[in-house]
Amino acid sequence: MTDRAAGWARLHPLSPLLRFSRAVFVLLVAVAPRTLAGDTGGARHSWPELAVLILAVAAGVVSWVVTRWRVAGSELQIETGFLRRQSIRVPLARVQAVDIVRPLLGRALGLAELRVVVAGSGAGRSRLAYLRDEQAEAVRARLLALAHGLHEETPEPPERPISSVGNGRLVVASLLGTPTVALLGLVAFAGAAAALSGRPAVAVSVLPAIFVVGSAVLTRVNLEFGLSVAEAPDGLRVRGGLLQTRAETIPYGRVQALRWVEPLLWRPLRWCRLEVDVARQRRERGDDSGSNASERALLPVGSPGEVRSLLERVFPGVDPLAPLARRPPARARAKAPLSFRNLGVWYDDRYVVTGGGRVSRTMVVVPLEKVQSLRLVQGPLARRLHLATVHVDLVGRRWRAAARCRDAVEAADLLDRLTELARRARGRSAGPADRRTGGSVGDAG
Amino acid sequence: MAVADLTSEQFSRPSPRLWVARQVLLAGVAGPVTVAVVGLTWFATTVGLAAAELGGLAVVTALLWLALRGRYRSWGYAERAEDLLVRRGLLVRRLSVVPYGRMQFVDVTAGPIDRWFGLATVQLHTAAAASDARIPGLATAEAGRLRDRLAALGESQAAGL
Repeated sequence: MTDRAAGWARLHPLSPLLRFSRAVFVLLVAVAPRTLAGDTGGARHSWPELAVLILAVAAGVVSWVVTRWRVAGSELQIETGFLRRQSIRVPLARVQAVDIVRPLLGRALGLAELRVVVAGSGAGRSRLAYLRDEQAEAVRARLLALAHGLHEETPEPPERPISSVGNGRLVVASLLGTPTVALLGLVAFAGAAAALSGRPAVAVSVLPAIFVVGSAVLTRVNLEFGLSVAEAPDGLRVRGGLLQTRAETIPYGRVQALRWVEPLLWRPLRWCRLEVDVARQRRERGDDSGSNASERALLPVGSPGEVRSLLERVFPGVDPLAPLARRPPARARAKAPLSFRNLGVWYDDRYVVTGGGRVSRTMVVVPLEKVQSLRLVQGPLARRLHLATVHVDLVGRRWRAAARCRDAVEAADLLDRLTELARRARGRSAGPADRRTGGSVGDAG
Repeated sequence: MAVADLTSEQFSRPSPRLWVARQVLLAGVAGPVTVAVVGLTWFATTVGLAAAELGGLAVVTALLWLALRGRYRSWGYAERAEDLLVRRGLLVRRLSVVPYGRMQFVDVTAGPIDRWFGLATVQLHTAAAASDARIPGLATAEAGRLRDRLAALGESQAAGL
């Protein structure tokens, strides 16, 4: 009762069931046939499995009993752990995004998991699994209100849909993705090998690769099915998913970079894709696979016009293909024969856009106030050609932005200019004048 | 000040003891290897072959020595008003610009050989994994000074993610 009075709450009582549903399912599959077969020897053998099953359920129940959470002041507090007590405090000013994830079974039971995304690695497991749907929504609204420095009772502001993906197109596009290019290469190779060796059996070795690619395509479709983006005053709302659905809120000002991708096989169809980078902690143990996908799409596939208008909403005044008008000198072909046609760099006083990619055309748009550090790199071949590359370092380790193969003098100049522009941009975003971005509450400190 | 206008004199260098340490390390590896290989050959086969091996190993060692010297000479760092410059590399030349405001933490490490020579490595970390600002072979006192100064600057100029 004292817990209740202090605002502590528990997770939903069905959480252990949902949490261990996968393990339980696997064990049931292992145990059931033998138990059903009813022969005495089999029944004896299934004891270990049953013991593990009971232990797993017991562990889940214990973990539910010892876990409690509350929102107090400007913190989300979670206390958990039976043997190793863990007390997690998430300062809401540091929140990068708030996600609601509903696994398939969770959707059937009306339960959802709430994830509070903070930057950096090992920032703890700031998630509440599981809450009732309405409760999860309410808690999210409250967390985001607090994260923006508003009163916690502020209702969730209305949102306006700005884009959604066509599902038919998504399926086709996923089939034509980079894994498929790799697979086609492999098939060609295996075919040639089979023809040359005169042993058709060699071609069978491609089968496992087909399964791998197939499952990659399914994962992507599952993750990005019906993905839609809506605009709300506190950030972008991204929703989607086929079996497991997720709804994210990305506060404005937390977008580290956007990426425009045109995979090779999409080019005849004139499709492209827009991905977003938010400072996220690294994949955690116990996180289910689809949840921390390496690339997060804002628009998994769309026409250049659609992608452009969405990009314009997030980063106004940026032309993602502008770098193509500022290519490196022609002698850079010798250094980067495959990617030369995609190379380029463009910047103004708010953004820097770099182009690259050997197979897919990849344009990375970085707001200058998010630039972490800059590097000028010149290898032996580049030195001979009088070229150099300027790297723009982004949070985390996933995306690379670099103005490759510029003229050496220009590169040194670019390094200076970007250093200066990034410094000014940081000054602007840290100053109290700019509150448009709401999400920069934590930046001022 | 533009990067291109920076002359070598404007960069601070690692301690000369780093060069001594590197040479000691090279001698520590090359010496015993040479003795073992040449000695065995001499013992088991002809003197001519042993002499040829000695010559070859000497050339390799000399090349390594040159490469190490080039790398040692390439290290440099400059503390500017708002950022730290670090340059390194002989074949692949790198120059990093790390704003103090982007610093997440500073790290001073000293391995056993470093400690023997009174050296330490200072590394500046940002939220980007690709950031590359490591300065090896600083005298312990200088490493401490740099760490404190970077930490202070980082705090006063801090910017959020």
